[in-house]
Amino acid sequence: MKAAAILAGTMASMFAGCTTVRVQPWERAALTDYGMRTDRDPLATAAAEHTYFSRESATGGRGVGGSGCGCN
Amino acid sequence: MWCRSKRAWAWAVLASTIAGATLRAEVGVGDRFPSLQDAGLSEGVLPEVEGRVLLVDFWASWCAPCKASFPAFARLHEEFGVRGLAIVAVSVDEKRAAYAAFVKKLAPPFATVRDAGHSLASAVGVPAMPTTYLVDRAGRVRFVHRGFHGSASERELRAQIEALLAERG
Repeated sequence: MKAAAILAGTMASMFAGCTTVRVQPWERAALTDYGMRTDRDPLATAAAEHTYFSRESATGGRGVGGSGCGCN
Repeated sequence: MWCRSKRAWAWAVLASTIAGATLRAEVGVGDRFPSLQDAGLSEGVLPEVEGRVLLVDFWASWCAPCKASFPAFARLHEEFGVRGLAIVAVSVDEKRAAYAAFVKKLAPPFATVRDAGHSLASAVGVPAMPTTYLVDRAGRVRFVHRGFHGSASERELRAQIEALLAERG
């Protein structure tokens, strides 16, 4: 019974910890900030796209037909 | 031994469930909505809500669906305000300037206030942004609407408001 109480207490505190670290809906202002966008830098976005379609060229990258050489 | 172990697990699951439920308590249908007067809201002026059907909307200037919902609430205010509906839009903006710019731009005809310390949002346990609560004349939550989905949300809210206004206080 003592072991059960200890286990129950431990699990309760663990689960309680998991619930309190959640970012609440009203605390998400920073997440919507422009600086949090992954596409905020056009040059970096273009470079990432180029890398992506070069690597994934066998399937046409992001819907663009390519040969796989990464030169287009 | 196996039996004791099984019982221990049962206790553990029960305790963790209770702990989780307690910490994630949300104001739901049938619950009494916290007093707006005592919530420490700032910026705006609260309307008279005694004996009226109350619509409380939690919004933020950084929330796109919230922006889309304001014209719909303005229409509901125009249509049902004289029949006994009071609308209070509670902003959870931390920045006063962001709140003020939003209100100035949209110029809502209904009351807007700011829950700067998030005390009301925490007490209510707002599950999403925006979330709209419809409170009956007795102060009980009768309908909770998460998010805003354009005309479908407006239609749903209109039907609920009609039903609440038809009830005797």
